[in-house]
Amino acid sequence: MSEIIDHAPGAATEKPTPKAAPAKISGPPATILLLAATFLAGNGLLYFIGLWRPFWWLALLGDFVLIVMAAEQVGRSVPPARRKLYERTLAFGFPLLALVAWQLIVDAGILNPLWFPQPTRIAKALWEVTVNYDRFSETSLIGRPWLIPARFQAEGWAGVWSLFAESHVWATLGRVAVGFVIGAIPGILLGVVMGINRTVRLMLDTTLSAIYVLPKIAIFPIVMLMFADPFGEGPKIAVVALSVFFLMAINTMAGVRDIDPVFLMAGRNYGARGVSLLRHVIIPAAMPVIFAGLRLALGTALIVIISVEFLRAKQGVGFMTFYYWEVLNPEKMYAGLVVVMMLGVLLTYGLQALQRRLMPWER
Amino acid sequence: MADHGVGISRPKPAPKIETRNVCKIYDTVSGPTTVVDDFSLDVADGEFVCIVGPSGCGKSTYLRMLAGLDTHSSGSIYIRPGDDPTKPLNSVVFQEYAVFPWKTVIENVAFGLQMRGVGKAERLQVADHWLERVGLRKFAHYYPSEISGGMKQRVSIIRALANDPEVLLMDEPLGALDAQTRIVLQAELLRIWQETRKTVVFITHSLDEAILLGDRVVLMAAHPGRLLASFPIDIARPRTVETMNTPQFAELRGAIWSQLSREVTRAMEMQA
Repeated sequence: MSEIIDHAPGAATEKPTPKAAPAKISGPPATILLLAATFLAGNGLLYFIGLWRPFWWLALLGDFVLIVMAAEQVGRSVPPARRKLYERTLAFGFPLLALVAWQLIVDAGILNPLWFPQPTRIAKALWEVTVNYDRFSETSLIGRPWLIPARFQAEGWAGVWSLFAESHVWATLGRVAVGFVIGAIPGILLGVVMGINRTVRLMLDTTLSAIYVLPKIAIFPIVMLMFADPFGEGPKIAVVALSVFFLMAINTMAGVRDIDPVFLMAGRNYGARGVSLLRHVIIPAAMPVIFAGLRLALGTALIVIISVEFLRAKQGVGFMTFYYWEVLNPEKMYAGLVVVMMLGVLLTYGLQALQRRLMPWER
Repeated sequence: MADHGVGISRPKPAPKIETRNVCKIYDTVSGPTTVVDDFSLDVADGEFVCIVGPSGCGKSTYLRMLAGLDTHSSGSIYIRPGDDPTKPLNSVVFQEYAVFPWKTVIENVAFGLQMRGVGKAERLQVADHWLERVGLRKFAHYYPSEISGGMKQRVSIIRALANDPEVLLMDEPLGALDAQTRIVLQAELLRIWQETRKTVVFITHSLDEAILLGDRVVLMAAHPGRLLASFPIDIARPRTVETMNTPQFAELRGAIWSQLSREVTRAMEMQA
């Protein structure tokens, strides 16, 4: 706090906020103190007259408004050098605060822990599913990597592989990765062709748009029929690939059509034709839209694979989540959702890293 | 060209660019629209021709047809090839933003050579030479988004020059720049052209720019686009930006402007 007082610009003090005006002391820290006092007094008062419990959500809403006001007061006096730190604190501090509020409200018995298990219990459940092997479904979350040296000594590579094969995370990641690649590459190629060639575009656009809006999970039963082993990996990967394919085809087509014609003219005038025009002009010019499409496709792929694993799987993060629903273990269901979120964040980071590598000109 | 027997019998050498009765007609739903009507223009080897005219006079369309980026409906356009058949016939300098943002400055400059199959070492050497000439050498490995608009346009100009075309076609290359940068680049263009003496067709909105740079200023009329008049600019070279302050320059500008202003007014009235 003392930092903030030192750097406080005079201008901020002259802006009289309605609440700060009657206070004898002036300046942003005073306003913040006043807000903190209001926060404590308001919640305390509600608690003592017994209104906090029935109107907890209203009280939380009021607290939220007070916290926003206090954060804005702090934001006004943050020196530019500390701006980044301030923004990070907001971005990570608030979710943390929300988790704490969640914990307290369930601890106090206001919300049923059966539907909203406390974050600490979810963390504990996550720990349990990570370290333990489930004998009934013969699976573990990440494949118990700490056993790798022992298994390698005992059974060689086959032992290491059996650890990977028992993992939910690796099963889901593998399906998403393989399906994503199988779907994205032909999708991008078709999108480029449709972007360049008017005839192909006119012939396919309506059909693709119609299939694109179809919920991908709805074609899963049909895809299952097409495979010799309907319960194997084939249909799961195929349905991910299909959903990615249509999205990428439509997106890439839009990207190619949006290329500034002056780039195409320049490319042609300097002698680029066919493949070289594609390589040096069309693909790089459409790259930003292609990557935007890939990020959308990643989200779709995760939705599809989790739903498919809900339906028909003996393994995978979606299977795990649904399995703990069947045995009514909400902590572990939430743990499954946390894993899905972490996978999403991880894959998005991967895609961003790829984008920085392939598009060094956009930094 | 001098050893061709035909050349001696003619009073003038054959023109580098021959445009004969070119028309450009677009078929629209409401019927055909004539954009360029019966346009003829010869450009001599090593001549700098500037085309000026109101918006919609088809000057950019003519340039694109000359570059082979657009077709013409009738008439003929011919660019005479030089002694070296591997040299490209034309290279275009477009308005701003035509520099590829995904290639570094040096890759942009070497692009034409790369497309013609020139080896990497050689094309980078040529590009480096041109970057040196316009003072952009230390920006060779920058991306266009990291340099200013004036620098981008310099890159665009030397991308065309590094390609060493028979004819250089420039479509309002300085149109998007601010007034000061524009003057600096005009001076640079003058210097480079006086060193290379390429055949140039230069489209511009600015009459001052046309008189300063050109051996000849061609006026076009709008709706439909056609040739209005052609003025030889006999101001001695080498010229500099200071040439614009001479009485001879003012006199020429006055003479051309009286015709151009009438045409601009007429074009505005037709669009209203």
